[in-house]
Amino acid sequence: MGEAVLGVRDLHTHFSTYRGVLRAVDGVSFELKRGETLALVGESGCGKSVTALSIMGLVRRPGRIVRGEVLFGGEDLLRKSQSEMRRVRGGRIGMVFQDPLSTLNPTFSVETQIVESLRIHGVAKGKEARERSIELLEAMGIPAARERMGAYPHELSGGMRQRVMIAIAVSCEPELLIADEPTTALDVTLQAQIMDLLAEIKEERGLSIALITHDLGIVSQFSDRAAVMYAGQVVEQGAVAELLEEPLHPYTQGLLRCVPRLGRADVALTPIEGSVPDMAALPPGCRFAPRCPKAWDRCRDELPEMREVKDDRFVRCHMYGEEESPMDEPEVV
Amino acid sequence: MWGRFVTRRLIQLIPVLLGVSFIVFFTMHLTPGDPIEHMLGQAGHVTQEQIEELRGHYGLDRPLVVQYGLFVGNAARGDFGLSYSHHGRAVASVVRERLPATLELTLFAFVMALVFAIPAGVIASLRPQGVFDRGATIGALLGISMPGFWLGIVLMIVFGLQRNWLPISGRIDLAVVPPARTGLYTLDALLSGNGAAFWSALKHMVLPGLAMAAPMAAMVMRMVRSSMIGVLAQDYVQFARAKGLPERTVVGKHALRNALIPTVNIVALQTGLLLSGNMIIETVFQYPGLGKLAVDAIGAADYPLVQAVVLIYAVSYVLLNVGADALHAVLDPRVRVA
Repeated sequence: MGEAVLGVRDLHTHFSTYRGVLRAVDGVSFELKRGETLALVGESGCGKSVTALSIMGLVRRPGRIVRGEVLFGGEDLLRKSQSEMRRVRGGRIGMVFQDPLSTLNPTFSVETQIVESLRIHGVAKGKEARERSIELLEAMGIPAARERMGAYPHELSGGMRQRVMIAIAVSCEPELLIADEPTTALDVTLQAQIMDLLAEIKEERGLSIALITHDLGIVSQFSDRAAVMYAGQVVEQGAVAELLEEPLHPYTQGLLRCVPRLGRADVALTPIEGSVPDMAALPPGCRFAPRCPKAWDRCRDELPEMREVKDDRFVRCHMYGEEESPMDEPEVV
Repeated sequence: MWGRFVTRRLIQLIPVLLGVSFIVFFTMHLTPGDPIEHMLGQAGHVTQEQIEELRGHYGLDRPLVVQYGLFVGNAARGDFGLSYSHHGRAVASVVRERLPATLELTLFAFVMALVFAIPAGVIASLRPQGVFDRGATIGALLGISMPGFWLGIVLMIVFGLQRNWLPISGRIDLAVVPPARTGLYTLDALLSGNGAAFWSALKHMVLPGLAMAAPMAAMVMRMVRSSMIGVLAQDYVQFARAKGLPERTVVGKHALRNALIPTVNIVALQTGLLLSGNMIIETVFQYPGLGKLAVDAIGAADYPLVQAVVLIYAVSYVLLNVGADALHAVLDPRVRVA
């Protein structure tokens, strides 16, 4: 570890709607190191998926990347042309989506959909592409892969479809895999299988993974580092073990209190009061201030900067500023 | 699989034809007008005996039910009787003479409508509410709202009479009629290498073809547009982009194929309307096809001819639907199982 595969810096992606400008991604920065799995965690609507689409250059109207940098392999992807980006997409960066049924095209066979990827990126064609596709499917743990090549998505089970989608995403040997809620649409038993599969191919192929999820269980089990997002911003970032053990940001602390613990009926679940802010009318200060139990005046007026409070621990909160918080020492959960 | 599918659908055709023939037969006989009087109208003095003799000749003196039975029995063997209004010629031969004209014109209008409607629908869907989309929407509204006979007359006046660009009646310049092989003049002209005949036949189809194609193009365009908008928002379109496919493959392959599935039915329905619409258009343009033949036959109370033409329309409708179902199965693997 050490060298960064992907660096997102001050990314802003806005959507113009009739209600005004929706700042879905508003100054997101994080780094993903080679060989690691970085989890992007947050509630739905916090901007995780838009961040992923921005990296892929797939934000469509009315969305627009306003500014920022997406550094990948020493280049800023945001400066690349559409045709250059097409070589990156599916080639050097693969992407897996949430719902495998709606993500595979219902009118094309598995073969067509995998071979198409191999051909477009010049990896293989004709008979070779077919053989390679079968190998890929086998590597994804699909039994009778040769026969499954002619199958259509509706003829496969949910788990199979997700395996096919992963096969497509990694078919061209990408360096980076973006997995957007890869298990959310699956049964719990399948979730574990698919996550194990992702972990396995990561080891085998030396992949780096950006894992988008709202499931803290998956974060703790399958990722090395995590970036917690709230209302379009990363509020806390660090190694998973530390971050879950000692969350710094009040939002992360609140999030952890919402997770039920097996065998601990005595620990009550505490929901975070209030609701996610309206993205078209964000509060002027800290995005979380209206719901934060520890907020004071400064939080409501001034947006905190991201600070490195310890080695590789970043947090966007006034409590960790130079100026001491009027409240007590940060609570440890 | 296809063999069974087609056989099953063709067997289903039989009750449809029986039903259609029954309705047409009896409604024709219910309408006022006596075919014998039509026939003898210009003959001057005729005796009652001559009238009765003619009635006997055409079998019109038998009870209706018997007449119907005979009609069905003969029709099953391809014999549709004798036409009252075409000097007693066999209906089958009169129809055979006119059918190619209508087929050719309908096919021309069909191709023209689709060649315009599908790309226009796709382009409109790429930028909903954009300039092209708004323009196309207005165009479609016009296409749907203008009655065919009115549009036909306007086209005649503007392009035929005022500009004299295109012929306004007939199928071809009579001086260049190509040797008959298929009866489709454009095809016959190509087969015999007769360029002048080809252009003449094509030019004669432009105005009636446009008048027929306009409403179909409008409907199909709107359908393609709305289903494309739905499909373009699907995850598999996003995934196709994430695979690195160029936008034209994403739109033209991944999205369009899915968008065409619901469009097929509209196309089949609209093609049926093209067929029935040609009664009006062929009459307006004096185009010697089945539609004009039917209108004239109705005026002349020519029962056998009307029955035969209406049966042809009914068969075409059913075949169109069989075709649509087959195409559906080709496009969408999910319906192939059933």
